[in-house]
Amino acid sequence: MNNLFGYKKRNTWLNHTTGTSKLVGFLLLTTMGMISYDTRFLFALGLFAVILMQTAQIKYREYAVMLKLVLIFAVINLVMIAVLAPQYGTQLYGTRHVVFGSGYWSITQEQLFYEFNLLLKYLFSLPLAIILLFTTNPSEFSAGLNKIGVPYKIAYAFSITLRYIPDVQSDYHTINLAQQARGYEISKKASLKNRAKGAVQIILPLVFTSLDRIETISQAMELRRFGRQKQRSWYQEQSFSIRDVCMFIGSLIIVGIGVALLIHNGGRLYNPFK
Amino acid sequence: MTAPLIDFKHVTFKYHAQAEPTLHDLSFQIYPGEKVLIAGASGSGKTTLLRLLNGLIPQAYPGDVSGSLTLNGQDILDQSLFDLSLQAGTVLQDSDAQFVGLTVAEDIAFALENDHQPVGKIKTAVSKWAKRFGLGERLDLSPQALSGGQKQRTAMAGVLVDDGKLLLFDEPLASLDPAAGAAAMAMIDKLQTERDLTVVIIEHRIEEVLNANVDRVIVMSQGRIVANGTPTKIIQSGILSQNGLDEPLYIQLLRRAQIDITAIPRISDVKAVDVSQHKLAIEQLKQTVKRDRHLTPQLIIEDLDFSYERSQPLFKQFHTVINQGEILGIVGKNGSGKTTLSHLLTGFLTPDSGDILLDGTSVLQQSIKERADHIGYVLQNPNHMITKTTVFEEVASGLILRHVSEDEIEARVRRVLKLIDLDSMRHWPISALSFGQKKRLTIASVLVLSPEILILDEPTAGQDATHTANLLKFLSRINHNEQTTIIIITHDMHLLANFVQRTLVIVNGQLIGDTTPAELLANEQLVEMASLCTTSIYQLAARLDISHPEELNAAIVTEPVWNP
Amino acid sequence: MNNRKKSNGFSVRSVVATGIGAAVFFVLMKFISIPTGISNTNINVAEGWLALIAGLFGPVVGLLVGFIGHTLNDAVTYGSPWWSWVIADALFGFLLGLSRRFLLLEYGDLTAKKLIQFNIWQVVVNIFVWVVVAPVGDILIYKEAAQKVFLQGAVTAVVNIVSVAVIGSLLLVAYVKSRPKKSSLRSE
Repeated sequence: MNNLFGYKKRNTWLNHTTGTSKLVGFLLLTTMGMISYDTRFLFALGLFAVILMQTAQIKYREYAVMLKLVLIFAVINLVMIAVLAPQYGTQLYGTRHVVFGSGYWSITQEQLFYEFNLLLKYLFSLPLAIILLFTTNPSEFSAGLNKIGVPYKIAYAFSITLRYIPDVQSDYHTINLAQQARGYEISKKASLKNRAKGAVQIILPLVFTSLDRIETISQAMELRRFGRQKQRSWYQEQSFSIRDVCMFIGSLIIVGIGVALLIHNGGRLYNPFK
Repeated sequence: MTAPLIDFKHVTFKYHAQAEPTLHDLSFQIYPGEKVLIAGASGSGKTTLLRLLNGLIPQAYPGDVSGSLTLNGQDILDQSLFDLSLQAGTVLQDSDAQFVGLTVAEDIAFALENDHQPVGKIKTAVSKWAKRFGLGERLDLSPQALSGGQKQRTAMAGVLVDDGKLLLFDEPLASLDPAAGAAAMAMIDKLQTERDLTVVIIEHRIEEVLNANVDRVIVMSQGRIVANGTPTKIIQSGILSQNGLDEPLYIQLLRRAQIDITAIPRISDVKAVDVSQHKLAIEQLKQTVKRDRHLTPQLIIEDLDFSYERSQPLFKQFHTVINQGEILGIVGKNGSGKTTLSHLLTGFLTPDSGDILLDGTSVLQQSIKERADHIGYVLQNPNHMITKTTVFEEVASGLILRHVSEDEIEARVRRVLKLIDLDSMRHWPISALSFGQKKRLTIASVLVLSPEILILDEPTAGQDATHTANLLKFLSRINHNEQTTIIIITHDMHLLANFVQRTLVIVNGQLIGDTTPAELLANEQLVEMASLCTTSIYQLAARLDISHPEELNAAIVTEPVWNP
Repeated sequence: MNNRKKSNGFSVRSVVATGIGAAVFFVLMKFISIPTGISNTNINVAEGWLALIAGLFGPVVGLLVGFIGHTLNDAVTYGSPWWSWVIADALFGFLLGLSRRFLLLEYGDLTAKKLIQFNIWQVVVNIFVWVVVAPVGDILIYKEAAQKVFLQGAVTAVVNIVSVAVIGSLLLVAYVKSRPKKSSLRSE
């Protein structure tokens, strides 16, 4: 089992849904969420995704690290905006309700509301992504990509990436240690120039073994007729069931709501200040 | 008279990138149902021959071919790589490149997926072949979770799923331990009889391949066929050792006993050959097993505990002593802790508890870099170590990073290069070196730091007899001259039998044996646990009812001959 | 390699180059960071590798390696991809891949002139991608504040220019040096 994404066999309906429909659902919902700046929509979508995540029986400790990283990422970005563009909210919403402070540094309701929206945007897709990654067998991704119209050669390239990441990782690990034994250094102990030099020395063997690998793997694949036909079939392909149709229709309904709100708001922003 | 499956007539081949032809005037036939071994040292042209058979030449490696070559009566050069792949399945040497699927099932299915077969049909074929190769329970496993033998069985299933009648193996034993190698050979033998396959095996490990009952051996040297005949004939002619190949150990033993093997029928099969009349001559070769040559403790591993995951401890209270100046072999199944142990010694990993003492002082506080000054470690794959473009720079780099003065660097590098016979090539680009030379170069770049202990991970992997002999000569030289302790992690039976003085058998983090290789290779229980095989000498001794077979194993140990 | 038969456009070698290229890109992005001394700003070794692989295999492979590698890294680290930057990285791979035409790494040697050309091109590409494409994407897709995203873009551009100039150039030189040349080797 390829465990890069934390996929596990779980006996839930989300696990049994095909990779293709989960991928389509994910893309539809995140795209809509990306476009919309309607607070109500984003909040509801995020809440819905969290509930879905519960039904998939995904435990908090499985995604705790991810959540922390996203929160750190979000906080850094929000602080940066607060410092660099403290009046951006006013500009966006066209009104100005000062909470406290004055001049450039005054804090406005608009700014707080805008940053809250941004935080929602950083967060809403996390549960959706976790569902996709944790309930989909990595082998299904390529078949799914091919099914939604990605040419099979590109879909297979993705599969090769997943296949060889663990190998490249272990190569990197061994090479790194062996080069440290020779005396190369990339930590803060060395000067910037030496760090860069050290890094190149460490990755050179990785680069050359990887380039060699490209040659041998393409031979191995050609010897088993990869690229012979205009199409290929996928062992991991699953047939569609009623679940998949539901997921598809459900996603479309949500997208429909999002679009309706876009029209209703007369744009991407939901503006409570007017 | 059946028509030959493969028919080569006066085939000469030259790569576009090279000035001289790689293959000269090859003529041979292979008939349906035969099992043929193509043997030759590195650079003999055997891999090029394989590429001609499966169509990689001229489609991936352009070149000029003359003469006629046919497969099933049709000109090979007229057919595409895809058409050829339906008739001849190839199992490549690099099992990680061969295994392109994310799981066992997907890899077996790969060729059928590419033919755009219906999924239902693919699933039936996959489950049939997986069962046949004992992989039925492992369909969902990723290649990282498989042993070398399982990966190779997946590769075989993934090729046979086409129902082709010709199987080509490129060095199938290279990445397997002896037990898995023997199992693979038995599997090939079984398949061939059951399914009337024709099998071509490219190898230089003769002893193991002969166990698969090959019908014929073609010996290649410098791009030419130098012999083509039954295994018995080939062995009787003594042509193997003249062409950089190792003869089976029992043949080496018979030769030492001055037995004329040209007159002995079925000499190629250790299980069938009748040498009972020479029992006395063989018995006289017995040597007492030498032990305890080195008694000064150098490296003490004290009550070591280590685990990758808390729940699964690997080493528990591991304890052993390595003596100054000895040549030590570490053997054991893959994944049983051999490499982990060497990583603990070099500081790549830190033990959970316990201590490692070098000459009485703990080394646990030293950094990886400091540790490397005392304990040198040479990785299995030289390409993982080489970072510079010329021979001299590569060896010098460790010293430069340790701020050694220029004059001293020059002196030390030259001295090491002379020792490994690369001094005359010191300004060569590394890309011009052969695999064996690269291997020696990586040893030199570790040795230049003058470590007291040198650890080598599978030093003979991918090397033929000539290269191995050169490497061993060089290792015994530094062992003798510099008093360097040498630790070798290996499952190479020839290396163990001929060179190593003491072996540690590690299985699942436990030290289950500490003995001489001669005794180890005559101990069926230990051998099985370590995933090794008994030597053919042991098998011969058992058939002749000779007691203490370890004393015969000891007879073929090559004493380091070195004139200062 | 020049007379390899092409079937259905994208060659098998390009497929594998994309797959392995993205795997290495991912591993480098995730595991190697060389601190520059400025907090939170690391020299990006992965972009140097992308420069080499794009220079060797051309724009399409460059684009896909950037796209797959960056998407995977985001997915594994943050859960979901930050699309504006993924697109920027893909475009970066594509544009760098155009340098294959003048670099011709597989054949000739790497002259100082070619190396300078390459570096001028990478500076142009980096500025275009990180100072224009990525921030504009952030503004259009995520409605981020212009001041913030342009500053981020500028910092990234500078770091990547340095990364590619140092790591990318060194890799190109090392690659060309490692190609076997027909030269007369003599023992001394």
